[in-house]
Amino acid sequence: MQIINYLSNLAMPFIIFLIVVFGLIERNKVFDTFLDGAKEGLEIVFNIFPTLIGLFVAIGALRSSGIIDAMVNFLNPVLKIIQFPSEVMPLALLRPISGSGSMAIATDIMKNFGVDSNIGLIASVIMGSTETTLYTIAIYTSSVGIKKTRNIIIPALIADIVGMIVSVVVCRLVF
Amino acid sequence: MLNLIWPIFIIISFGYSIFSGNLSKLNESIFSSAESAVTLCITLLGTMCLWNGIMHIANKTSVIEKLTKILGPLMKFIFPNIRRNSQVHKEISMNIVANMLGLGNAATPLGLKAMKSMQKENSKKDTLTDNMMLFIVLNTASLQIIPTTVIAIRSSMRFK
Repeated sequence: MQIINYLSNLAMPFIIFLIVVFGLIERNKVFDTFLDGAKEGLEIVFNIFPTLIGLFVAIGALRSSGIIDAMVNFLNPVLKIIQFPSEVMPLALLRPISGSGSMAIATDIMKNFGVDSNIGLIASVIMGSTETTLYTIAIYTSSVGIKKTRNIIIPALIADIVGMIVSVVVCRLVF
Repeated sequence: MLNLIWPIFIIISFGYSIFSGNLSKLNESIFSSAESAVTLCITLLGTMCLWNGIMHIANKTSVIEKLTKILGPLMKFIFPNIRRNSQVHKEISMNIVANMLGLGNAATPLGLKAMKSMQKENSKKDTLTDNMMLFIVLNTASLQIIPTTVIAIRSSMRFK
């Protein structure tokens, strides 16, 4: 446990250090490059802001109306069998469909249950280990004009489900 | 897709809150949710810009190309029928490395380039080849080792 804590404290500063040193060695204008990237970050946040408001309100409404609790109670027996925390269910359902949407839900989960709570950690790991599958398939196939996709959606969704279940298992084992 | 899901969320919450008598809670939550989306975005700005800046530096260096070489044996295992040092091989490996580093903005154009190169060797132009399918599934499965966006969200919430 202590080693994991140490490593996770070390990881981020070390990566930043390494990248900056690498940039210096290759004689890049490190700070100018950094500024360009940071501006992009600004754009990303501005672009997701409207989605975030829309979905925060919708999900907040769902939660306060009590229907999520009702659904969780209803699904509990099934979810208990595979030991999947029901609070993460909305995230799991939206993840393959919408990138900004699932990000909003994950953030909402972390905000309500705590960043370092079990549920918050699981939501984080799910976000890191899955992708916006439908979007990815769409741009990759359409970019080369392919129409017959041979049911690629099935293995892709299986990969997502595996990613989600493994996220839950790993979180249980590690934290 | 959200054009469908979002209105459903709103309609269901309205209907169910009347049914369950949670209308006052719902009313309250509408405004507090909108407000918390704003606070979140402001706190997110800092970490998001920081990470994007750092990763932009990584993108400009030869880090991706260096890591691509280490990936050689793994590539041989995943794509046994793609010739080493061919253009496709290089593009696929670079896409995988960019994905691992959480450089989504760099990974997508590289991936699309790889798709284009694979399409050149495709005999049925309207159908996915086996290699293409494997490549796309690899991309949908997210190979991130450094999940930059999640890191940004988590750290912005922790230091609030």
